[in-house]
Amino acid sequence: MTPGPLGKDLLGLEPLSGDQIRLILDTAEPFKEISERAIKKVPTLRGATIVNLFFEPSTRTRVSFEFAEKRLSADPVNVAASSSSVTKGETLVDTARNLEAMRIDMVVMRHGASGAAQFLAERIESNVINAGDGTHEHPTQGLLDLLTLRDRFTTLEGLKVCLCGDVLHSRVARSNIWGLTKMGAQVAVCGPRSLLPNAIDEMGVTIFDHIEDAIGWADALNVLRLQLERMTAGYIPSLREYNRVFGVTRERLDRAGRDVLILHPGPMNRGVEIDSDVADGPFSVILDQVTNGVAIRMAVLYLLSGGRPELAEAAKGGGAGGAR
Amino acid sequence: MSRALLLRGGRVVDPSQGLDAVADVLVRDGLVVEIGPRVAEGAGDDVEVLDCAGLVVSPGFIDVHCHLREPGREDVETIATGARAAAAGGFTAVCAMPNTAPVTDNQAAVGFIVRQAQRANAARVYPIGAISVAQKGEKLAEFGEMVGAGAVAVSDDGKPVVSAHLMRTALEYARNFGIPVADHCEEPTLAAGGAMNEGLMSAKMGLKGIPAEAEEIMAIRDILLAKRTGGHVHLCHMSTRGSVDLIRWGKERGINVTAEVCPHHISLSEDAVAGYDTNAKMNPPLRTPDDVEAMREAVRDGTIDVIATDHAPHHYDEKEREFADAPNGIVGLETALAVNVTWLVKPGIIDVPTLIDKMSVAPARIFHLPGGTLRRGSAADITVFDPGADWTVDPSAFRSKGRNSPYAGMTLTGRVHYTLVGGAVIHGTRVGASR
Repeated sequence: MTPGPLGKDLLGLEPLSGDQIRLILDTAEPFKEISERAIKKVPTLRGATIVNLFFEPSTRTRVSFEFAEKRLSADPVNVAASSSSVTKGETLVDTARNLEAMRIDMVVMRHGASGAAQFLAERIESNVINAGDGTHEHPTQGLLDLLTLRDRFTTLEGLKVCLCGDVLHSRVARSNIWGLTKMGAQVAVCGPRSLLPNAIDEMGVTIFDHIEDAIGWADALNVLRLQLERMTAGYIPSLREYNRVFGVTRERLDRAGRDVLILHPGPMNRGVEIDSDVADGPFSVILDQVTNGVAIRMAVLYLLSGGRPELAEAAKGGGAGGAR
Repeated sequence: MSRALLLRGGRVVDPSQGLDAVADVLVRDGLVVEIGPRVAEGAGDDVEVLDCAGLVVSPGFIDVHCHLREPGREDVETIATGARAAAAGGFTAVCAMPNTAPVTDNQAAVGFIVRQAQRANAARVYPIGAISVAQKGEKLAEFGEMVGAGAVAVSDDGKPVVSAHLMRTALEYARNFGIPVADHCEEPTLAAGGAMNEGLMSAKMGLKGIPAEAEEIMAIRDILLAKRTGGHVHLCHMSTRGSVDLIRWGKERGINVTAEVCPHHISLSEDAVAGYDTNAKMNPPLRTPDDVEAMREAVRDGTIDVIATDHAPHHYDEKEREFADAPNGIVGLETALAVNVTWLVKPGIIDVPTLIDKMSVAPARIFHLPGGTLRRGSAADITVFDPGADWTVDPSAFRSKGRNSPYAGMTLTGRVHYTLVGGAVIHGTRVGASR
């Protein structure tokens, strides 16, 4: 198999160039339409075996990948490895070798350890797509966020995007910071300083201590999920105070007197990091993100499998696209 | 044994007596009997000759910090394989940390290590006893009995002494036996769950960081407790610029503090972790390039007394896994000299006599060990090395059972030719002929 324009794997957005990111976004455009059809299926990846290997529970991302795979006519197998396989004693390297021995084409992996996707990719010949590794990256989430923003603002160049909340533990935040920065957007973060990486100011982002200032500055807010265990771990005093100080609320948005697009990678804690009337409000594109997720994942699967970007439009119609 | 050995024509460098000259060294009955330009002439006929021309003849290297894993993890190292690895690295003596299983926290356990080392017939092994029973940080171990059985220091290395009161007591009680208390400086609540240095790299890689302050807070605590008690605190594996400043502060005030740095902390920065290379995972973690520079400077100016390996073998499988779950530590005995030459001597930061001071003379002095000198009458513990020889690190050739080295594949400078313990060549091939 000839390597596609992205290389063998998609491990993160940090190693990608702006052109490669743009290519993925552009390739996703024609794939959007497939999901709008009555018969949502094209034969592009027919015969490709894909393992969705999820070591952490996930509904949205796993289902999104599965739809993307099925709509491209690939044969996906879901493995919910969770933590039980760890207690069974099989190491990740053995899991990888066993998968490889079954002659699969691609692995989509979610794992709790940062670097796990790279670890796997270095040890198997199949394409590896990182579906989230620890607190490192979640590249397809970053890409679908970029696509959603580009849909609304036409271009990402100069766009002001603020990531709100627990940046420290967020793989979504890291992928967004890389992706947005490479596409020429301006990136800020806003959240409790105890939930921002200590070295965040060296990452080329603006820091807001007050959510009001972030709202006043941004064209779009990407509101990160606050993992509830952060409170028990002592990073913040209470969820109640978190909502009062950092919550994205209707009142705060109204006071800014300007339209700010609202993204959230989900799953949401309504009433904690985001209020329901904001999540369900007119400027929320949270469900558009989910829709775009399938198209982005189709594009990534297509490009990694050796698909030629200029043929994506043809590929969605029928045979010619896939190089396999 | 009256057989004699002549180390002929080497550059004999012994900072303990201010010696740096081309000379012969005559060894008889396990002792250094003569050093001089024409020793060979009066040596007699029963002399075996080691040709040392072009090589440095040094008092044997002494490592005050290594992990030999026996008892408990004989699958990754034994006292015998560790002592042979030490010999191959030019070490004539090493101090074995007590974080074995069971912990070396009593005289019987110390005696076991002494006996195993005697059987190994390689580098000398001096046990370090635990500070606290089972390294739990609660109850003092029996320092007196352990010293009686052969322990040369106490340490809970691998774990910090969390209780300041326990550390204070240990420093006071150790004075009765004239031994240093070696501490692994790590404030546990700051370091908890950390896998690498905290900074931009850890933020990018999504790994929990260990801030420099986790080390520095404990370093200054220990220095202040040494000031209070008059005890000798030895700070293990220092890694940050801040720690160097604090040690300097302590020494300027005459506080009884000594400190070590590991070869990896003077050579590699956190950049080596990129790609989640578990062979670059150790504790304390590899720090920033600025910290590395500070450590080199501290070796040069004497703030750091000794270079110690923190040799920590692990099984291949244990390192072949997700970064956060992989154990800390690398093997170091067989690369220490070359790393030190490559990153300290070659760039001109220190000269060969200073290197030998850090690897031999100072370790003997601060841990009150025999060796560290070639004075007439002392045991012939001698290292002969070529400070200019290049070689490529191949972990599969290590005598250690451990293969976990971040230097694998690198070409380094500085190679050990012979290691002599008590006049016996325990490493190296005899190229010289009897005459």
